[in-house]
Order: sequence, then C-alpha cells, then structure tokens
Amino acid sequence: MTKIKHAIQGFGRARMIILIFLVALLLIAPVFGVSRVASLNDMLTRFAMNAVLVLSMVPMIQSGCGLNFGVPLGLVSGLLAEAIIWEYKLPGAKGFILAMLLGALIGAILGMLYGFILNRIRGDEMVIATYVGYAIIYFMNMMWLTLPFKNPSSVQGYAGEGLRVTISLDNHWLHVFDDWPGKPGRGVVLTIHEYLNGQWTPQEFKIPVGTLLLFAFLALLMWLFFRSKTGTAMTAVGSNPIYAMAGGINIKKMRMSSVVLSTSIAAIGMIIYGQTYGFAQFYTAPQFFTFPTVAAILLGGASLNKASITNVILGTFLFQGVLTLTPSVINSAIKLDMSEVIRMIITNGLIIIALTRKGKKDA
Amino acid sequence: MLNKKIDWRSTLRQAMVPLLFIVIIALAIPLSGFSSAHLIGEILARFARDTFLAVSLIIPILAGMGINFAISLGAMAAQIGIIISQNFFVGGIPGMLLSALIGLPFAILLGWFAGSVMNKAKGREMISSMILAFLISGIYQFVVLYIMGGLIPIQNKDILLSRGYGIKNSIPLATKGALDNLWNIKFKIPGIMRPLNIPIATYIVIALVCVFVVWFKKTKIGHDMKAVGQSQRVADSAGMKVDKIRLQSIIISTVMAMLGQLIYLQNIGTMNTYNGTDQTSLFAAAALLIGGASVASATIPNALIGVILFHLMFIVMPNAGKNLTGNPAIGEYFRSFISYGVVALALVMHAYSRKKAAEEERKALHHQKAKEKLANTEAEAKA
Repeated sequence: MTKIKHAIQGFGRARMIILIFLVALLLIAPVFGVSRVASLNDMLTRFAMNAVLVLSMVPMIQSGCGLNFGVPLGLVSGLLAEAIIWEYKLPGAKGFILAMLLGALIGAILGMLYGFILNRIRGDEMVIATYVGYAIIYFMNMMWLTLPFKNPSSVQGYAGEGLRVTISLDNHWLHVFDDWPGKPGRGVVLTIHEYLNGQWTPQEFKIPVGTLLLFAFLALLMWLFFRSKTGTAMTAVGSNPIYAMAGGINIKKMRMSSVVLSTSIAAIGMIIYGQTYGFAQFYTAPQFFTFPTVAAILLGGASLNKASITNVILGTFLFQGVLTLTPSVINSAIKLDMSEVIRMIITNGLIIIALTRKGKKDA
Repeated sequence: MLNKKIDWRSTLRQAMVPLLFIVIIALAIPLSGFSSAHLIGEILARFARDTFLAVSLIIPILAGMGINFAISLGAMAAQIGIIISQNFFVGGIPGMLLSALIGLPFAILLGWFAGSVMNKAKGREMISSMILAFLISGIYQFVVLYIMGGLIPIQNKDILLSRGYGIKNSIPLATKGALDNLWNIKFKIPGIMRPLNIPIATYIVIALVCVFVVWFKKTKIGHDMKAVGQSQRVADSAGMKVDKIRLQSIIISTVMAMLGQLIYLQNIGTMNTYNGTDQTSLFAAAALLIGGASVASATIPNALIGVILFHLMFIVMPNAGKNLTGNPAIGEYFRSFISYGVVALALVMHAYSRKKAAEEERKALHHQKAKEKLANTEAEAKA
C-alpha cells in the first residue's frame, strides 16, 4: 500500500516538475525577447491541433487495453480518407466534415481487425501494438505509391505515380474550423499589448474557436458515453476484469468496441491536425505521432487503465506547452538547439514512469 | 496421445516462420536478378556483421524477459568506447580492445539500469525495454552532441564538429576491418570476377560466443535463469533471488550487445553517431524471430538461420520490388513492412498460445473443482 502511495506521489512529482518548468519558462521568456502572448497563442493552437488525437487514447485505456501504441492505424485511416475526398474535389467545410466521417469509418474497419488480434492474445498488448503500428505505416507506404490517385495536386510529378510526401491543404480546407466564426483567412483575432524589448508592442492572439468547439463536442460525446451503460461496462472491464466478467459483461465485445472507438477518433484527430497544420504528411510521418500522443495523456495524469477528459485537456496543454516553449526560450537563452533532445527525454521518460508505476503483474 | 499432438503442432509453428521466409526469398531471388555469387558474398559479409548482435538477445529470453529491445544501450556503450579510443588515435585490434574496455563499465551500468526498470515493470518488460532505448538515446545524444568537446575534452579534431563541440554524425573508423582483415581467406570461383572473402577471425569470435551461450545455459546461473523464466513464483519459493537473476541476464545481454556493435561497426567502417543504434534491436530481433525463435524460447540455430534469411530478404527485396513494379521504393517499404510485421506476428503468435494455455488451465481447474464437489456430495449422500 505504501509502495503504491509512493508511486503515485512519484508520478505527481513528474507532473509538478513539468508545470514548474513551464511557468518558469513563461516568466523568463521576455528576458530573451520571446513574446509571452505569441508563446501562449502557439500553445493554444497546438492544443486545438492535438487534443483530439490525445482524446483517442481514452477508450482503450479505460477498457484495459493499455496505452494505444497502435495509434498509427487511426492516423493512416485519416490520411486515406483525406486522399479519397480530394479525388472528388470537395473543398471547404463540406469536404472536411465528409473526410472526418469517412476517416472514422475506415478507422472503425481497421480497428475491428486490430481488435480481433487484441482479443486473441494475452500480455504484451503494448509492444504488439507498437509493431502493428509500424507495420501498417510501411504497408500504407506501398499503398500510397500504388493506389490509383489521380488528382494532380495530390500525386507526384508529371507521371502521377503515387501520392506526394506532403500535400498542402491550401486548396482544400485549410483553417476552415480554425477561422470560424471570423473571416476566412484571418479568424478570431485579439490584439494584446505586451511590454517587450523595452516598449509596448501589439501582439495578435488568434483563437481557433471552431477547432476548440469541435474538440469540446467530441470530448462531451466521450464524457456522455462513459456515463452510459456501455461506457460504464467498458470502465469496469478496465479496472477489474474478473469482477466485470462476474457481472455478466462481455469482455471481448467491450475491448473490441474500445479499439474501434479509439482508432476512429484517432482518424478524426489526424484530419483535424492537418486542418490546422496546413499539410497532410504521408509515408513515414505518422510514426512520429505515437509516443508524443501517449506521453501527453500520461502527463495529464492518466495511468495504464484509467484516463479521463481532464487528463486529456491538462496533458495536451502541458505537453504542447513544453514543446513550444523549450525551443523558443531555451534556444534564445543559450543559443543551442536542444529541443529535440529535451523532447525525446521528456516523452520517453514520462512513458517509462507510467510503465513502472504499477509494479504488480496484470491479473 | 495429447502430448504428441501438441508437440507436432509446436514444431510446425516454430518452423512456419522460417519456411514462409524461405518461400518469399525463393520467389524474390529470380526477380531480383542478382547472381548467386553476389548473394553468397553479401551473406558471408553480413553474417559476420550481425550474428553477434542477434545472439545477444538469447539470454534474456531464457530468463523469461522476452526480447530485450534495450540492447541498443549496449550499442551506445560501444559507440562511447569507440569515440574515446578514436580520441586517443588508437585503431586496429588495439582500438577494438580499448573500445571494449571503455565500453564495458558503461554497458554494465546501462544494463543494470535497464534490468532495474524492467524488474519494476514485470509483465511489460518488452515495451519498457523499447521505450527505455529511446529515453537513453536522448541522454546519449545530449552527452555526445553537447558535452563532448565541451566539458569532456576531445583532442582529435577529426571527429569533432566544426563548431568546436559535439561529435560528427558520421565518423570513419580507425578500427575499420580490424577483425575482418586479421585473418581472411579469399577463394576464387571460376567464372566470377571478384573472389569470395571469408573473414575467418570474425567467424571464430562468433563461434566462441555461440559456444559461450551454450555453455552458459548449462551453468548453475543458466539453470537458475531457466527456472525463473519458467515460473517466477516457483523460482522464488525455491529460494532464488528472482530479481537479481533477471538483472544479471540483462547485464550479460547488454555487454554482449556492446561487443556485437563493435564487430558490426568494424565491418561497416563508418559510425553513424546519432541514429546508428536506432535499428540495432529491430534488426536483431527480426532476424532472431525469422529464424524460428519465439518470445519464450530462442536457440543458437534460430539466430544463425535467422540472420541468413533476414539479410537475404534484405538484399533481394528492393531489387525484386523494382523489377516487379518499376519502383525501387516499393521494395524498400516492403522490406521494412516485413521487418516490423514479422516481429508483430511472432509476438502475436506467442501471446495467442499463452492465452490458450491460460484458458486451458482455467478449464482444468474448473473440472477438478467440479469433480471434488461431486465427490463431496457423494460422500455426504453416503453418510
């Protein structure tokens, strides 16, 4: 018991350290000529970009399938949906929403296959997920090259063989939700005066209202779902499978639905990410999303079988805060680009802390 | 009767992965258009390069800890050793020995750390070892990129970045070919321009490490590891220090990986300082698993066969893909897909059989309880 208490305190400490680190960076930012308003705006934008991806972790954690290192399955579903929608040249919000629906559908199909595997194994779910994730990325790489995409803005070169590595969303649905309800191309912008480099300067602060509302909507749905009968049953499977089985819950079905849900939401998350980022990245890019997404929800206080919407919001905000502030502040402070190394250590350190937190072997 | 059936099945399952690969390769070789002499030459070189690393995965599997993806830590220790010995301008065999000597304490320390973390994450050893490799890679990069040449003085300006601190990303090694060229046999096959080259010294070292692993399994500590691997609870109640034994298996594996990386690098000739260790564990694990090993059992033949099959696939696949589809990228992606996929497949197959075993155990227990109950009621009825 004391050991468990100790471990919980240990993890809380990691989160505290990150929080203090973040606040300290914000406080010293003006000393190095880094605008606090711009930094906070970056954090908010990146929060809106990544929050749905992090949200996709929740169902699988809740149902006891562990951290979803198989998130690339959802990411490639989202990318595939985007590429298909572009073939039909549907721009703007209509195309964006259709892409999300189609992505969720493809994600559900891939999620079913993946859930089928997960239901037939015992132990090592996470390492299997990681490798299944890597494998699907390379499988889809072959698909990106061979599927018969025709839209000239999507395909490579004159010959038109295979999709481009990055596709700009300028002609598709760039910032359609970010800018809503403001003017397209500008969005909702506040002007804040900030004392920087010895004078008061106006800084623009753009609020991605539409994207934030979209996240809020999905988060609300998730919150309601976990209060429904099915959602409660899913939580029961995650926290105590033997008890759940005694209560007559179909464990396999619950695990399957959680995987389908996670993968679908990840697909939607990828499309929302692209909408803000401005590019869709094909080929090996999805593999760089896995560990940061997992680390974000852990930073928010989730454990291997418990996660909440609060964990998602807190975790995404803190994690994206570290990612935005460390390069800008630390680089201008010591004239060294250490952001990549810091990112690696924080991301993987958080995952290791969570993995070692519960010493007991899963029953 | 039942036992026989299971045995036959498990043998088939073990042989299935290698057989599958033999079929894939047999189809791909004619498509690739490589001559058999070219392939044999490549395999002879790659066998010398990679076998040691694949063998270094065997001992943690014996101790029931699955695939030790943290062998990358040993590779990092080796690279630190190489950087330091290169700093003192020591090359050749003395350079390799010095690198090994410097790498040894790092490998032991990192292995100890990895083992401790994995002991805290029982039941999740593999994923922990994988993430740990990424974490330590971050710290390693920090040290090599920012501390070396700064706080740690580096005299050899050739390996230093032009900005004055940090090690170059690509270093030509002074130990290039040290072991391979110590004693090699060239022999000519009529009709082929290039003579085949067999690095006998490296092969002897690989043979020695294989003998070491076989011998190690027969020692007291080897037996203890096997016991721990079969059941931690039983081993614990038999008075074994389970955690300590597990820790030892990881330390041995890390030290072996350190030596393996030295051999690998002297064969390649240049060191990729920052990203060189990323794929170490993936390739070693994929090779071992293609050779028919599972997460719970791995032997020397698995490693030897696996290295040959994996690298054959590695060589022929891009060219076969190019000739088949006109696009070389397809073959490269296919090869990566297979490397990751085979690890996933082997893990799934093992986790599946483990689940089956657990279910059967539960059923048997149920049966036994029902029988006891029946006996009890009968006894009561008699009374």
